[in-house]
Amino acid sequence: MSAGAPPGPLAAAAALVRRDLTLFFRRRAEVLNPLLFFVIVVTLVPLGVGPEAATLRAMAPGVVWVAALLAAMLSLEGIFRSDYDDGALEQLAISPQPLAVLVLAKVLAHWLVSGLPLVLLGPVLGASLFLPGRAMGALVLGLLLGTPVLSLIGAIGVALTVGVRRGGVLLSLLVLPLYVPVLIFGASAASNAAAGLDVSGPLALLGALLALALSLAPPAAAAALRISLG
Amino acid sequence: MAQREAVIPATTTRRLWTWFHRLASPRYFYELAGRLIPWFGWAAAVLLAAGLYGGLWLAPPDYQQGDAYRIIFIHVPAAWMSLFAYVAMAGAGFIGLVWRIKLAEVVARACAPLGASFTLLALCTGSLWGKPMWGAYWVWDARLTSELVLLFLYLGYIALDAAIEDRRKAARATSVLALVGVVDIPIIHYSVEWWHTLHQGPTVFKLGGPSISLDMLVPLLLMVVAFKLFFFAMMLVRARTEVLEREVNSAWVREVVGEP
Repeated sequence: MSAGAPPGPLAAAAALVRRDLTLFFRRRAEVLNPLLFFVIVVTLVPLGVGPEAATLRAMAPGVVWVAALLAAMLSLEGIFRSDYDDGALEQLAISPQPLAVLVLAKVLAHWLVSGLPLVLLGPVLGASLFLPGRAMGALVLGLLLGTPVLSLIGAIGVALTVGVRRGGVLLSLLVLPLYVPVLIFGASAASNAAAGLDVSGPLALLGALLALALSLAPPAAAAALRISLG
Repeated sequence: MAQREAVIPATTTRRLWTWFHRLASPRYFYELAGRLIPWFGWAAAVLLAAGLYGGLWLAPPDYQQGDAYRIIFIHVPAAWMSLFAYVAMAGAGFIGLVWRIKLAEVVARACAPLGASFTLLALCTGSLWGKPMWGAYWVWDARLTSELVLLFLYLGYIALDAAIEDRRKAARATSVLALVGVVDIPIIHYSVEWWHTLHQGPTVFKLGGPSISLDMLVPLLLMVVAFKLFFFAMMLVRARTEVLEREVNSAWVREVVGEP
């Protein structure tokens, strides 16, 4: 960028999203692996519990959501890890832009390549577990509201552990308990819909969680990043 | 400013601040804690003995649960302390983060294993109580489940603390985690409760309520206070040890430990 006044926070955030998306497309395999993991975990369930349609149908929302949680968690390191390793993160931290906005931009880019595919794959995997068609809308909507929360909470966890060697398992220990509400509301939206019940309650609560995470997680992750960068 | 000075004389404010600063000095804290620990410890022991005597001998058996209910004299205080310790940990962590007071970081770190122990104790006593009541050691009861998640949160805190070598950095990172946890714990609690009512219907019965007899309430309250005092005593012991460890290179520690 040429010398002169620095761009505003929004312009900087947009540039960061573009840059991260480009980087993700250059490393497609890394992005695809968690999705493959998502599919494989769901495939393992019928092999473990048996192929009976009734059992699988009852379990489908929970299984898809648990697998989505695990896949989201596996992909989390991608938010900050490579930028931490090559020093780009320090450049972001000393830039004149508010770090929380930049964190939000990075989470958005990461969600576009890791969360959105989970939303799209969800109904396919649900169908493979005999989830009835009327539950698909609630499953997709729930994933659409819930996976950004997973990325936002996860960003705090990654920011805290990015300086730790072999932080992967530690990250799961930190982040998975915090995912409990998303799992509960997401899975019950889909199972309510499968049972023909009202889904507005859990979906509204998921939306509330998203609003809360959007407002609180970026500053928390920014503070955690500053601590990790020391 | 002028208004506040009119209400609180400047000297009082200044004295308060000097006291606060002195408290934050490791050596003063070390000595003060050393003097407080026996008081907290003995008071906890006496109240614990009184509470156990009142709860296990004096209190009448429950008309529904017989003698099995007596585990509440351990279970309820432990469950309350598990939450109290987390809030204390996050509060101390917040103070450490905002005002950079090292002593607050030490206190926050000292709370974690104690809180985890109380949580584990609440889980174990809860499942022991569940065996005669529900016929199983573990049921996915809402409170037990939130308590289990709380235990995971504590273990995550301890694991993060252990993973970061630099003590100051570890203290600040764990404080952020504790604050995130404090925001999330009520959400987890209510979501688990909501999940539970959705799947299982209300619990078989609930303890407490306004109908608890005075013979049971008094020992229960004694136990609650005893647990709290025990927590403070143990927290101070841990914090005191860590202050020594952190200040190992300073002259006063060598003086206290008696090393040349």
